[in-house]
Amino acid sequence: MSGEKDLEQLKKEAAAKAKAAALAKMKAKEQGEAKEESPAEDMDIAKQKAAAAAKAKAAALAKMKAKEQNEAKEESPAEDMDIAKQKAAAAAKAKAAALAKMKAKEQSEAKEESPAEDMDIAKQKAAAAAKAKAAALAKMKAKEQGEAKEESPAEDMDIAKQKAAAAAKAKAAAAAKAKAAAQAKQAGGDDEKAKAIAAAKAKAAAKAKLAASGKAGGSGDDEKAKAIAAAKAKAAAAAAAKAKAAGSKADTEPAAEKAPSVNQPYLDKYVKVIEENLGADVLEEYYINDLSKDVPTLVAKAESYFKLAEFLKYNEQLGFDYLSELHGTDFETHMEVYAHLYSYKKRQSVALKVKIDRDKPEIDSLQPLWAGADWPECETYDLLGIQFKGHPNLYRIMLGEDWIGHPLRKDYEPYDVEV
Amino acid sequence: MLRTEEMLLNVGPQHPSTHGVFRLVLKIDGEIIKEAKPVIGYLHRGTEKLAEDLQYTQIIPYTDRMDYLAAMTNNYILVHAVETMMDLKIPDRAEYLRVITMELGRIASHLVWWGTYLLDIGATSPFLYAFREREMIINMLNEISGGRLTFNYMRVGGVKWDAPEGWIDKVREFVPYMREQLKGYHQLVTGNEIFMNRVKGVGKYTKEEALNYSLSGANLRCTGVKWDLRKDEPYSIYDRFDFDVAVQDGGDAWARYHVRMKEIEESLKILEQAVEQFPSEGDILAKVPKIIKAPKGEAFVRIESPRGEIGCYIASDGKKEPYRLKFRRPSFYNLQILPKLLEGENIANLIAILGAIDIVLGEVDG
Repeated sequence: MSGEKDLEQLKKEAAAKAKAAALAKMKAKEQGEAKEESPAEDMDIAKQKAAAAAKAKAAALAKMKAKEQNEAKEESPAEDMDIAKQKAAAAAKAKAAALAKMKAKEQSEAKEESPAEDMDIAKQKAAAAAKAKAAALAKMKAKEQGEAKEESPAEDMDIAKQKAAAAAKAKAAAAAKAKAAAQAKQAGGDDEKAKAIAAAKAKAAAKAKLAASGKAGGSGDDEKAKAIAAAKAKAAAAAAAKAKAAGSKADTEPAAEKAPSVNQPYLDKYVKVIEENLGADVLEEYYINDLSKDVPTLVAKAESYFKLAEFLKYNEQLGFDYLSELHGTDFETHMEVYAHLYSYKKRQSVALKVKIDRDKPEIDSLQPLWAGADWPECETYDLLGIQFKGHPNLYRIMLGEDWIGHPLRKDYEPYDVEV
Repeated sequence: MLRTEEMLLNVGPQHPSTHGVFRLVLKIDGEIIKEAKPVIGYLHRGTEKLAEDLQYTQIIPYTDRMDYLAAMTNNYILVHAVETMMDLKIPDRAEYLRVITMELGRIASHLVWWGTYLLDIGATSPFLYAFREREMIINMLNEISGGRLTFNYMRVGGVKWDAPEGWIDKVREFVPYMREQLKGYHQLVTGNEIFMNRVKGVGKYTKEEALNYSLSGANLRCTGVKWDLRKDEPYSIYDRFDFDVAVQDGGDAWARYHVRMKEIEESLKILEQAVEQFPSEGDILAKVPKIIKAPKGEAFVRIESPRGEIGCYIASDGKKEPYRLKFRRPSFYNLQILPKLLEGENIANLIAILGAIDIVLGEVDG
């Protein structure tokens, strides 16, 4: 929490500083000197890393603003003071964003490239500056998470109104680029798919914005529409950046849209191979169990349980040579035997289940296939009363032959003569 | 030629070499074992039945009592199963504390095995050294959890207690110390000719047999199967550490000995890195509801315990108690191969073979 407060303070300070700097630079620019001075300045400052980069960006932004003004003179009533204020605000924002970025940099080493990047960007003037800003903002947002989200739409609205078409364009480009940058930075992450989706979305958003800005004339409605579009784009960029920052976990926003499990192809393959070889009426159902690390789960029909297990073990495409676990459960409507199989050849798991009539709990034994099923089946028999046909030595392994009842059955009544 | 006849020999249940209450009924012809019939269940406490009436947090102490030589991993498998179902994100600091305590537990467990195994086959002094080092680990775990063997340390979403001041440094200092001791162990035992003669080629099985009998852990890795769930199905934060999977080809007690000794080294490597990476601050418990309810459905997860693959199956109907709880207990599965290994063996090898499997009877009986 304290970190976020600091950030707020820093932002405020930075805003004040940036205002002054931007004003000064704008004046200088008007006199035509700015172009020669600022690159040199930028070079020095850039060497001093983050803070300097921020300044450069502020300068670049100011420049951009100046250009915009020249182009859109009809739109803006020539109130220099207002413009200056607008610019200052924008510059302040850029600086704050840069500061946030700087923080982010301190926290992660992988971002050493960005100061250099910033320098270049500053030199490339308006559009590039906007991009850097957007990237920084996105990053900042990723850091601040919830807080930033509430703030930014409001901020965006103001800025967007002031900036109109050009800003929207720049931002749209920036959104796409920011994503690319973020992607590059997090190349180590494992959910490239999620990133790809996010990037695609960003591109789409950018396109939409471009279209919006293209239509724009000058009327108030259009400006508002643009502003909204811009704000939306920004929010989208922020969200995407956030998603990426949350990074390596698969449960980010794109993934939350129920992307098919990574194990889905395996399940499809198993089912296909099984149905090709054993016919379509072997499986009762099959699904991905997303509570259990997405394990492909096959529910066999009781009469084909053994046949299926045998196939799972000996088929070359499946090769489940290891029985990891076997146990039973009394679900009151039916009994169930659950076996977790693993293939050391294919490095894949599968859960094999079978439903059994509760009144006459009987099922084939897997002991002839996996010797490791011997004791687990004895235990299941002991505690649940499930008879395993074909088991060579089924006995009450835990409780002893004179125990009355099967404790894990839900209708079990403890029998004790002394109670 | 003398007339011989088969004799029944009872071993246990109270026999020091069975490390608990385990009984073997042997049919012997002279000194050759014709048939061995294990009798288990003396320690069956019905944990799975009891769990039906317990909330998830209340079950954790019961897991301590399954594999009481490595209770941390048992704690973890239960909370891991619940967390997997709830899809919880665990704070980093908690994950590091978990890994550190689990790896300390793994070393302690292997030390007990090393000491008692050698004690079983006739070497007394290694036991004393092993327990000296183990005592240091137990003291560290005691300091962080308040229990020497039954820690009850982990919770759904994190751990119960944060590391006391200076505790991490103790672990840091322990790593080089233990490495030094380990060298001494090898000098003392590994090259010893008597020891080698007692374990080389004893209790041998192939990779196919190991897989067929559902063996796991060192019992599987001694046959050349490079398989460790910490590496191959990474859970917690094990993917952040650089360590090797100890593997041997022999398939005999000698290979299992080497796998376990190597695993101590690898655990030390993990400890070293975990202590370095340990976050200086942060939560030790994720935000979890006061009453923990696993969502409706079922899950089976498995992790690597010192004895092999320990798993937990939970079927939940959305209530605060599990509908069905089942532990896949590695000792129980590993012990199944014993009758096959003993058949035709000399009775003098009985203890060398049984000991090399490394069972804990609390875990066998559930």
